[in-house]
Amino acid sequence: MADPVLFAADPNPEIASGITESRPARWGLMAIAFTFLTLFLVLPLVLVFMEASRKGLGYFFETLGEPDTLSAIHLTLLVAAISVPLNLVFGVAAAWAIAKFEFKGKAFLTTLVDLPFSVSPVISGLVYVLLFGAQSALGPWLKANGIEILFAVPGIVLATVFVTFPFVARELIPLMEEQGTGDEEAAISLGANGWQTFWYVTLPNIKWGLLYGVLLCNARAMGEFGAVSVVSGHIRGQTNTMPLHVEILYNEYNAAGAFAVASLLAGLALVTLALKTLLEMRYGAEIAATRGH
Amino acid sequence: MQVRVENVRKEFDTFPALHDVSLDIRSGELIALLGPSGSGKTTLLRLIAGLEQPTIGKIFFGDDDASERSIRERNVGFVFQHYALFRHMTVADNIGFGLKVRPSATRPPAEEIRRRASTLLDLVQLSGLEKRYPAQLSGGQRQRVALARAMAIEPKVLLLDEPFGALDAQVRRELRRWLREIHDATGHTTVFVTHDQEEALELADRVVVMSQGRIEQVGTADEVYDQPNSPFVYGFIGDSSSLPVKVEDGQVWLTDRPIGLAAPDAPAGPATLFFRPHDVELLDECAGCLAGTVASSRRVAGTKRVELEIGGHRERVEIELPVDHPAAQKSRIAFRPRKWKVFPSAAE
Repeated sequence: MADPVLFAADPNPEIASGITESRPARWGLMAIAFTFLTLFLVLPLVLVFMEASRKGLGYFFETLGEPDTLSAIHLTLLVAAISVPLNLVFGVAAAWAIAKFEFKGKAFLTTLVDLPFSVSPVISGLVYVLLFGAQSALGPWLKANGIEILFAVPGIVLATVFVTFPFVARELIPLMEEQGTGDEEAAISLGANGWQTFWYVTLPNIKWGLLYGVLLCNARAMGEFGAVSVVSGHIRGQTNTMPLHVEILYNEYNAAGAFAVASLLAGLALVTLALKTLLEMRYGAEIAATRGH
Repeated sequence: MQVRVENVRKEFDTFPALHDVSLDIRSGELIALLGPSGSGKTTLLRLIAGLEQPTIGKIFFGDDDASERSIRERNVGFVFQHYALFRHMTVADNIGFGLKVRPSATRPPAEEIRRRASTLLDLVQLSGLEKRYPAQLSGGQRQRVALARAMAIEPKVLLLDEPFGALDAQVRRELRRWLREIHDATGHTTVFVTHDQEEALELADRVVVMSQGRIEQVGTADEVYDQPNSPFVYGFIGDSSSLPVKVEDGQVWLTDRPIGLAAPDAPAGPATLFFRPHDVELLDECAGCLAGTVASSRRVAGTKRVELEIGGHRERVEIELPVDHPAAQKSRIAFRPRKWKVFPSAAE
């Protein structure tokens, strides 16, 4: 079996130099990449933190302590706490089905999983407005029964679930496809039932990939703006998530306040990034070990 | 445990992988399924295990219709080609897995499971490696752990899919002898799949030769080598040379003349003559024999392999000579096969 990792780790510099570019070209490419990243990623991020602390740390914490801000933080955490576990279960189930079984419509399901990535988030939000809004077929019935979906927490959760559901599944499908069904076959041949097979064999094999997918899913669930904006109704203190609250503050010319909340979100992104890098180091080694078999 | 495969047909998406296969496996027997890739040998093994369900036909374990049972209920020990060891578990946990997942009523206590894992490790000569992980073992050691794991559930039948396929030649020979010893010691009915005829002939009590989803011949090593019952088996097992001939008046003819081989039972008509390159008698005079010009010759270990061009159609056959035989220097060699067989050409 050809092992690409072996080639990548080829210690022979003679061979390596045969396929690489000249020194100026390499430095040029690196310079372009770093300049681009600095200008478009690092600089804005630094600016967010600078803006946030421009009126002093006192104002920073004052903004974060406002009831509306606290409510936004609370709602964001609540939405993530509901939608991430849902997508965890869905993602594992979809990946399991796609990677380990042969069935009709498999290709269709794989495409469906990707749908939220290819559709604009605004449309994802509008879909729910069309489905549950006052003008929709379901609208009057929902109203008559006093069920609030749009402009309330359920709508925000639904939109978030929709937008973030590919993350876990996308992460697991290639991993599980590569691992194949050998371990599972071994487990059932030894007498394990479905649950035991999943719990003792499949889950340990995918745990790092799963954690990685959950992290990405969580980051997006907390940061989602477009779809949530359409279904939330922007009711302060009730249906504002952190990204929406940032926008409201900014539109009120409260730049320092907006950036204070934004810095919290950005901080979350950085923590996610750090965790992701850590996981990649760990998870990369595991993948290499898997291939070593 | 005796295993009986009855008229099994297996299709994958209407593509037939096995056509109407029947096979009796005796209790305690070590039997090899031998064939080229695509011959259906692995499919047959997976059907016996219950990893696949037959499209038509039944499989019996003793008198029990196993086709009705899932792989979990069949209680077979299956050793996978790439071992399929659980990489996050230690060697001891791997071996104990089958006992650990039993329902609580029949599950031995943890201490007992550990003890049994240890005993099995002794049996496969890996004592002391309980705490290692699969990644810390060599290929041969992994294979032994896989076998110990399969035997831990006290299976009725032991099934091995290309057990030595991923190992290098040296380890393979060692493990072969070792598997034979284990089999003789434990007496499990054992079926293994291989594409390596040397492995099959050396190790198995009986060999099942398969081709294109059918069983060609079942027999001991001697039987399939000395009395191949089809052109495929003749060509697949051991070296062979073949020549298009015809049968007339109970004689084998090469184009227009008889070659001194009597075939009273063969049906008249076009046929193919098979013989072993090393099993030929060299002749000085050619009256009713095969003769040809040397096209090429190469030295293979202690013998010389000579390729001869024979007859008007320039058919090429190979024969083997001792290196010091005077004929090895000649440009024209006459010979007659000692042991041979003619198979009528398939009706076109």
